[in-house]
Amino acid sequence: MYTFSNKLKLGAIVLVILGIVGWGYSYMNAHNTTVEDVKVMLAEEAADHGGGHASDADTHEVVADDHSSEGDHSSEASPVDTEHHDDEHAEHVMHQIHNRPYSALYVAAFFFMMIALGALAFYAVQFASQAGWSPVLFRVMEAITYYLLPGALIVLGIALWAGDHLFIWMDPEVVAHDELIQGKSGFLNKTAFIIRALFFIGGWSLYRYFARKFSLAQDNSDDNKNFKKSFRIAAGFLVFYIYTESMMSWDWIMSVDPHWFSTLFGWYVFASMFVSGITAIAMVTIYLKSRGYLDFVNDSHLHDLAKFMFGISIFWTYLWFSQFMLIWYADIPEEVTYFATRIEHYKLPFFGMLVMNFIFPFLVLMNSDYKRIPWFIVTAGIVILLGHYIDVFNMIMPATVGDRWFIGLPEISAVLLFLGLFILIVFYALSKAPLKAERNPFIKESEYFHY
Amino acid sequence: MESSKVIQAIYTDDDVLMNAVKTVKAKRHHIEEIYTPFPVHGLDKAMGLEPTKIAITSFMYGCLGLTVAIVMMNFIMIQDWPQNIGGKPSFSYIENMPAFVPIMFEMTVFFAAHLMVITFYLRSRMWPFKKAENPDPRTTDDHFLMEVAVHNNEADLTRLLGETGAVEINIVDKEEH
Repeated sequence: MYTFSNKLKLGAIVLVILGIVGWGYSYMNAHNTTVEDVKVMLAEEAADHGGGHASDADTHEVVADDHSSEGDHSSEASPVDTEHHDDEHAEHVMHQIHNRPYSALYVAAFFFMMIALGALAFYAVQFASQAGWSPVLFRVMEAITYYLLPGALIVLGIALWAGDHLFIWMDPEVVAHDELIQGKSGFLNKTAFIIRALFFIGGWSLYRYFARKFSLAQDNSDDNKNFKKSFRIAAGFLVFYIYTESMMSWDWIMSVDPHWFSTLFGWYVFASMFVSGITAIAMVTIYLKSRGYLDFVNDSHLHDLAKFMFGISIFWTYLWFSQFMLIWYADIPEEVTYFATRIEHYKLPFFGMLVMNFIFPFLVLMNSDYKRIPWFIVTAGIVILLGHYIDVFNMIMPATVGDRWFIGLPEISAVLLFLGLFILIVFYALSKAPLKAERNPFIKESEYFHY
Repeated sequence: MESSKVIQAIYTDDDVLMNAVKTVKAKRHHIEEIYTPFPVHGLDKAMGLEPTKIAITSFMYGCLGLTVAIVMMNFIMIQDWPQNIGGKPSFSYIENMPAFVPIMFEMTVFFAAHLMVITFYLRSRMWPFKKAENPDPRTTDDHFLMEVAVHNNEADLTRLLGETGAVEINIVDKEEH
């Protein structure tokens, strides 16, 4: 049995408190920003940038273009009346500044929810495929998925609380003037959003509840009935999951840009959550091993996890690039605006994410021997997790804060907050059951697993 | 080259073979070669063979393939006959790079895979019209053959190999290749 060490518990609580304080401070700060403040700020920025007027005007043209096709918050019309335009621009920037703490919180909440959901899918795959190598890791996976229900409810709560700070289609004013959103409002309205979200969360949690129940019941049984039941619900869950995960990504992410759509988006988000979930499993396993638990986990298990991290990182790149290349090639304004804004204003996170999610793990984890060295896996894992945080950041932020982004206090505090919560919940769940799924029919094979 | 004497022990089970290899290694005899009908897991480690370097060659072939793809696409699509790619006639390689990524990927994989296999064949001294070195055709079916070098200790070795469960033991003069 694992006991949740007080040191770790305290550390996690400190993270949560730091996160709440830091985020709360930046929320108040952003909330108290008025149009007048923004005007002063913009004037200062213009003075700072001095002779860059020509390029500034260029930027605005692009922004205006994007917005007319994207229907973002602003109704930034063509600059007929400069003064009026300045006022509108200042108000638009103020909205973006107000949106930032909400977005920062939402990105971090979604990221940790996504880890739990990815781990749940990976867990279900192990049962559905009757994998022989992984049963020694089942309790770690089950513990990580324990975060799913609270995490997903928090994401939903933030989405509803933030409302039109994140999802402009929740603002009736915007919808009234936007024919494209009106056309989608049969699907994209608050009631349907809530019903779908509860349906997704309910389905996932139901599977997680029964899978855990059967897994614990299997420990004390003398036949394989519980394992067979778990196998059956895992297969059913995976079908449910791949549909609901895809729809969840339209609802919870893609709809922040309600004019833009990509048919590949669900898959792309899936790859992101799958690799994050597997990385989290590997890192929790290595942590527990370093604390003297999980002595039945050998380096072949780590090797397999690292192989998955390597492979799914490439899979993510494949899907990311498939989406990018088709849109880049076709160059249809309504589609390409998504990447145009990102390359225009998010150059560093946009391309940095490719380095962190693809090139770094590709080179570090390519060598077979390195996949067995814990600190290599942890290094690659940290970079992969940060990279996928930035991936989610790149999905949400451009639509809500535009070029007013920075990874500063609100973003880091929000990550700390949910990291603390994640650690508290996951390690609490770990302490609730023996770390070895003793009576799993494949446990012997798994213990002797050798590559 | 002079001819050398080897002893050939034949086994019918891979587990028995593995144990035999460990015993022979423990007695510090030199195993020249083992012929098996299928890859036996862990045999290379038991024999004390060096880890393969073929992965490194594969990486280098991949880099070569990537380079070939870049140079080739640059020549074909940008220099020799400049193409208007996706309505973006910029005639710059880097700006049109996304269009070439699938080719870069495929060429990397193609070079890495094919050249690695060819390297493997050559390193294993296999090429077209080569006469098989296999001492006993039964090793392509269901028998395992271990070749141990003999240095005036035939009786010793024969007894040892017999104890490890060999079903057949022959001493042969072998031509060096």
